[in-house]
Amino acid sequence: MDVLIGILLIPTVQAVLKIFVIIFALVMPLATVLTLMERKWSAMIQDRVGPNRANIPFLNNFRGRGALHIAADGLKSFFKEDFIPEGADRFLFTIAPYFGFAAAMATFAIIPFAGPIGDFTFQITDVKPGLLYIFAITSLGVYGTVLAGAGSNSKFALLGGTRASAQMLSYEVFIGLSLLGVFMVYESTQISVIVNGQNTYWFGNLIPKWGVLTQPIAFFLFFTAMIAETKRAPFDAPEGESEIVAGYFLEYSGMRFAAFMLAEYIALVGVSVLVVTLFFGGYHIPWLHLWESAPQWLVSLLQFMKFTIFTFFFCWLQLQIRWTVPKFRFDQTMALGWKKLLPVALGNVVVTAFIILIAN
Amino acid sequence: MEAVEKEIRNDADASIMPIEIGPAHPAMHGIVRFTTYIDGEEIIDMIPEIGYLHRGFEKESENSRWIQITPYTDRLNYVSPILCNIGYSMAVEKLFGIEAPRRAEYTRVIMGEISRITDHLTCVGAAAMEVGAFTFFLWFIKAREYLWELVEQVTGARLTTNWTRFGGNANDIPDGFLQELHTRLEQTKDILKECDALLTRNKIFIDRVKDVGVISKEDAMSFAFTGPMLRACGIPYDIRRSDSYSVYDDLDFEIPVGTVGDCFDRYLVRMEEMWQSISIIEQASDKMPAGPVILDDRRVSFPDKKEVYGNIEGLIDHFKMVMDGHQPPLGEVYMPTEGGNGEVGFYLVSDGSGTPVKCRVRPPCFNYVAAMPYICKGEYIADIVPIFGSVNMIGGELDR
Amino acid sequence: MSTEQSIGQLTQLLQQQFPKAIEGFHDHRGDETILVDRKEILAICQFLKDDERCKMEMMIDLTAVDYINETPRFEVVYHFKSLSLDHRLRLKARVPEDDCHIDSIHALWMAVDWYERECYDMYGITFTHHPNLKRLLMYDEFEGYPLRKDYPVDKQQPRLELREVHERYDYERS
Repeated sequence: MDVLIGILLIPTVQAVLKIFVIIFALVMPLATVLTLMERKWSAMIQDRVGPNRANIPFLNNFRGRGALHIAADGLKSFFKEDFIPEGADRFLFTIAPYFGFAAAMATFAIIPFAGPIGDFTFQITDVKPGLLYIFAITSLGVYGTVLAGAGSNSKFALLGGTRASAQMLSYEVFIGLSLLGVFMVYESTQISVIVNGQNTYWFGNLIPKWGVLTQPIAFFLFFTAMIAETKRAPFDAPEGESEIVAGYFLEYSGMRFAAFMLAEYIALVGVSVLVVTLFFGGYHIPWLHLWESAPQWLVSLLQFMKFTIFTFFFCWLQLQIRWTVPKFRFDQTMALGWKKLLPVALGNVVVTAFIILIAN
Repeated sequence: MEAVEKEIRNDADASIMPIEIGPAHPAMHGIVRFTTYIDGEEIIDMIPEIGYLHRGFEKESENSRWIQITPYTDRLNYVSPILCNIGYSMAVEKLFGIEAPRRAEYTRVIMGEISRITDHLTCVGAAAMEVGAFTFFLWFIKAREYLWELVEQVTGARLTTNWTRFGGNANDIPDGFLQELHTRLEQTKDILKECDALLTRNKIFIDRVKDVGVISKEDAMSFAFTGPMLRACGIPYDIRRSDSYSVYDDLDFEIPVGTVGDCFDRYLVRMEEMWQSISIIEQASDKMPAGPVILDDRRVSFPDKKEVYGNIEGLIDHFKMVMDGHQPPLGEVYMPTEGGNGEVGFYLVSDGSGTPVKCRVRPPCFNYVAAMPYICKGEYIADIVPIFGSVNMIGGELDR
Repeated sequence: MSTEQSIGQLTQLLQQQFPKAIEGFHDHRGDETILVDRKEILAICQFLKDDERCKMEMMIDLTAVDYINETPRFEVVYHFKSLSLDHRLRLKARVPEDDCHIDSIHALWMAVDWYERECYDMYGITFTHHPNLKRLLMYDEFEGYPLRKDYPVDKQQPRLELREVHERYDYERS
């Protein structure tokens, strides 16, 4: 028994366990639920019923209001033929889906989900470069789309791949620029510093210094740029359903297609998590520190709940945006980035710098 | 347009890439194929290929009785079948030199305008869906369901209506139909208002459709554009007014026109036309006269079932009409009517026998698809979607 | 065809301009119709488009009729519409079977291009000087002309071998 506890106390073992718990207990379930939630919510917006057909024949045709579709979709993609088109580059075609998947997953490595209990943190690792790590990792996601587009031997996929790479590379610039203001305000790129910085207050204990209050413009820029980065509507020109059919993953089927879809939803969760962490206090609940006699486990639980609720809210917001607005044309997406977001982001940096200079 | 033979092979050296859009492609409403030549994202040239849905409407018509052609006309335009029914029946009536009774004409106007609304709902909804406004499309389909239920009450079918006859209609509107019509129209109005609020001033939507797919007045006339496509260019050409057929002269409506002739103008024209059609239906239902819905003329209409089974003259009449068919007098006519997306004209030639010598339908979207390469040249490949959506191609009518 | 013989304004005008080309006219059910010599069709259409009194901006429709028992056998039918003067005109020209061609008027209206292709496809009438006279609704290998009266309604055509796709990449650009 003591040996087991001893093993559990090794930091590396802890980190690996955290990875497993976060991936299999948190991120994957949330992403799969989101696939159903998206369909159900869009059905609600559009006066439809939504998916409700999947049932279990032995259990009185139990349907669970469509919840079984999650399992049905998974099973279906698992048993479908894994088709590789003639003339495709088999190697590139095979590895491409997992780039996006891995990049989307890697976001969660540095996110704290709740406050620490003693030495134990609810965060896989708190790397010093912090967000720079995220910039580096999201860039890797580009490879997934480019390789899929180039390796499929399909013109639609090629067009989609070029669009996706151009869009993702440019929007990374605006993600970085929009966060410069945040770095300046909290004086670090490390996640834990930024999160704890948002637990300080103006005017005594009146208003928390949340990112959305200190850097409101950066919040809008970052949210917009992240939606574009994950190629969600209205910036889904690379997938361009109507003109280039499905874009870079046109030729995929079976599990590889499911990997692309799941990567999209994981990225959606990733966007929400980042927004909550950077702009909405992370796991900190404002004014909770006034309750000094609170047990630490209860505080951590409340913080985790707050974090999850906020994450859900931003996931929902992205679904709502997708089903409300039409989508941009590809060149309009780029024009929006370079002609509108870029000057605003630069202006934001300059203004922030001035204010910090004057305040000090 | 001198033809220059030029070969572009599918190789890596050429900067121009051919790409097949269609026949099976999400943006192609019917089955039509555009071999598009693109340079990057820009369209250099485009070759439309049609005929995938050709089923020999004219050939079949020349081998059918006059009355047997009416159900074929349903299948021409499958979003507003009644308008084609009406067009064909009026052409035959012109050939006979007769006119349907007033009540029949008024019900035709009501049903025709309902069909026009469903046509526009489908066109605008589908076009909006393809630029990403999926919600808008499903809301419009909801409104279309309301209207198709009305069509079903009168004709017994939603799509394969086969409702008009020569000299009138197959059946009158049922009891209580006008009240039902009123409530359905109110619901449709609510949906139109909602959708208008959702889309008309949406910046993203306007960016996608404004100044896209522009065609000038002169070119539109040269391509023989009609209907909303021509009106979007600023020419108030509406056959309901210019040829004043049926009872449209008694009804008060405006002809909405656009200014530039881009996709946004076409969208606005169609949206406004739906409001005008609703106003026409309301006026027509107020003015609805009493009386028969089909002429009592043994050249064109079948005798009552009571007469057929009750006395020998009726039976003989019925037998002769079924065996010989209607026999219009010798001659040829062209009858233009305003269909959902333009001029639906039937050119009929009769030699006095029971089958037509020639039954030609002039499909409005034939010209639009012919003009697609002309409109699309120099636009981005993503613009094919709103342009083709605003053209409202109907495969059944295009390929016949 | 019909016996009604009231003369419309456009008919009078054309009779003055092209006295030799007019072969007949009628006004059946109010549709002004003129039968002209096929050799003059281009000149007449040019006149109809340009003249101040005609101003036919739109060529609404073009088709043909197969009168199998008459000579000349085919009749090409043009429908015109003037938006500014608000009148319509039907022009017809007879085309014999053994010398089955008529001048193309594609230079005057852009809509003509496809109409003439369709007419060629369906009736086998050749429109001389048309730049791209290929089948439109039917496929290239189709044998015969389906709307001719001597084409059986239930005739079946052989199935084709699968074609290579890049054949279509040979194309002409204007």
